Amino acid sequence: MDHLAGARHRRTALSTDIAPDAARAPIVVARDVAKTYASGTHALAPVSLAIRPGEFVTLLGPSGCGKTTLLHLIAGLDAPTQGTLRWWGEGAPPHAGDAQRIGYVFQSPTLLPWARVRANVRLPLALANVERARADAAVDAALARVGLDAFARAFPRELSGGMRMRVSIARALVTRPHLLLLDEPFGALDEFSRHRLDDELAAWWRSEALTVVFVTHSIAEAVYLSTRILVMAARPGRIIADVPVGARYPRGNAFRASLAFAEQCVALSDLVAQASQADG
Amino acid sequence: MAERAPLPRAVRIGAPVVVALVMLGLWQAVVTAWALPPWLVPSPRAVLDTLVADRALLWSSLVVTVTIALAAFALAIVAGVVIALAFAQSRWIEASFFPYAILLQVTPIVAIAPLIIIWVRDTRVALVLCAAVVALFPVIANTTLGLRSVDPGLRDLFRLARATRWQTLWRLKVPSALPYFFGGLRIASGLALIGAVVAEFVAGTGGQGAGLAYQILMAGIQLNVPRLFAALLLIAAAGVALFVIVDAISRIALAQWHESELDPTMR
Repeated sequence: MDHLAGARHRRTALSTDIAPDAARAPIVVARDVAKTYASGTHALAPVSLAIRPGEFVTLLGPSGCGKTTLLHLIAGLDAPTQGTLRWWGEGAPPHAGDAQRIGYVFQSPTLLPWARVRANVRLPLALANVERARADAAVDAALARVGLDAFARAFPRELSGGMRMRVSIARALVTRPHLLLLDEPFGALDEFSRHRLDDELAAWWRSEALTVVFVTHSIAEAVYLSTRILVMAARPGRIIADVPVGARYPRGNAFRASLAFAEQCVALSDLVAQASQADG
Repeated sequence: MAERAPLPRAVRIGAPVVVALVMLGLWQAVVTAWALPPWLVPSPRAVLDTLVADRALLWSSLVVTVTIALAAFALAIVAGVVIALAFAQSRWIEASFFPYAILLQVTPIVAIAPLIIIWVRDTRVALVLCAAVVALFPVIANTTLGLRSVDPGLRDLFRLARATRWQTLWRLKVPSALPYFFGGLRIASGLALIGAVVAEFVAGTGGQGAGLAYQILMAGIQLNVPRLFAALLLIAAAGVALFVIVDAISRIALAQWHESELDPTMR
């Protein structure tokens, strides 16, 4: 695994061609990881995957297929009951801190209701004891990135659902992560906000040279955003297909209206349906 | 069921006042009509007269009782928060000691008070301790619940950022617990006063440091029922005042930023 060590701190700006470079060392490798909860629930059957730099990988599947469990394992929030995970070639997720390399966006915005937007976004830096002036500069940049500079002094309750989610994303981006994990972040939003945030997320992914693992149960959202889709099925949670999406970025409404988009959606829909039929 | 619109402020304040005036009027009328003697049922007028005539005695007793209640309240807050923080630090500590906190709650203070009064030499201190025991449980229970009621997503966020135990406590658990804590204070403020009065009854301390409970006791023995009513009125007024002050403080502390004080339509 020596060759991986050299790649650990490299942060490669993506060229206009953002197809992931298969030769580069993967950021996260999971080998036969499984998760059984203390209650006896088999949340995840043994699953293997590799996430390479620059990829936008979506975990797609119905409720209860272990998407969130897998994302928790990738984040290092939870330990697998079986199998191994490696992050940047190491056996533990990288230490948090100033340059926290994994950003996580939850299903709900999970903001501190008593803190202003600015303090919410600053939180990861404050927890890492980053000097105030430097933290503030990073917060300003992150807020500008999500288009909320004018709302820095607002409280979360004063914002719409979509804006709160933007704050949540700014908080994840403020540590300039390499790997951004998102757990159905736009599921609770109306379709207009959702499409807009999908587009912006794709733009941030490209401009920040991020690697993204995105969880959703929306087939259309998965096809629209991803370079690669891991289709999952339930009981037990497992990966049943690894589907690349070839369309070029930026993708817009023209892609959503294209035949290729529709065909890919139908194919994925069939895959999910077959899997759920098989388990009755 | 249709949503009930909130009443205008004038009605919410005015209606209870009207009720009070009508009740007092009825009371006065009944006492006058049946010519009830003041040692049986004094008229509101007689109570008011006593309140004015005995103001020096009643005022000094009120100060004694309220001082004991406030000291007990403060002691209950400090002890309750310290205990709740200890519970929040370790499930083991909580599991080991919480049953005894409940014991504190279910044992009547009149049963413990004689012991405390025997053991503690200074009667004032003994009274404060008794009242604090009564007021302690809601502070412990509510603050413990609050410290545990942290949004699981936020807890994950703090774990992901490798927040220290202290950071998680100070930046997440304590702010999350504040509305529960203040809820506990509202209950404890009333209990502190009740505890002070009950403890005074048990101790029966007279003379210079006599509180309102002693005045009630003596007035009862002497059949000075108007004074008994006057003392009762002062205790009730002190309880309401204490509650209103605690409520105002909690509103000021929470209103600016906390969900519990928000317009529910905003969520």
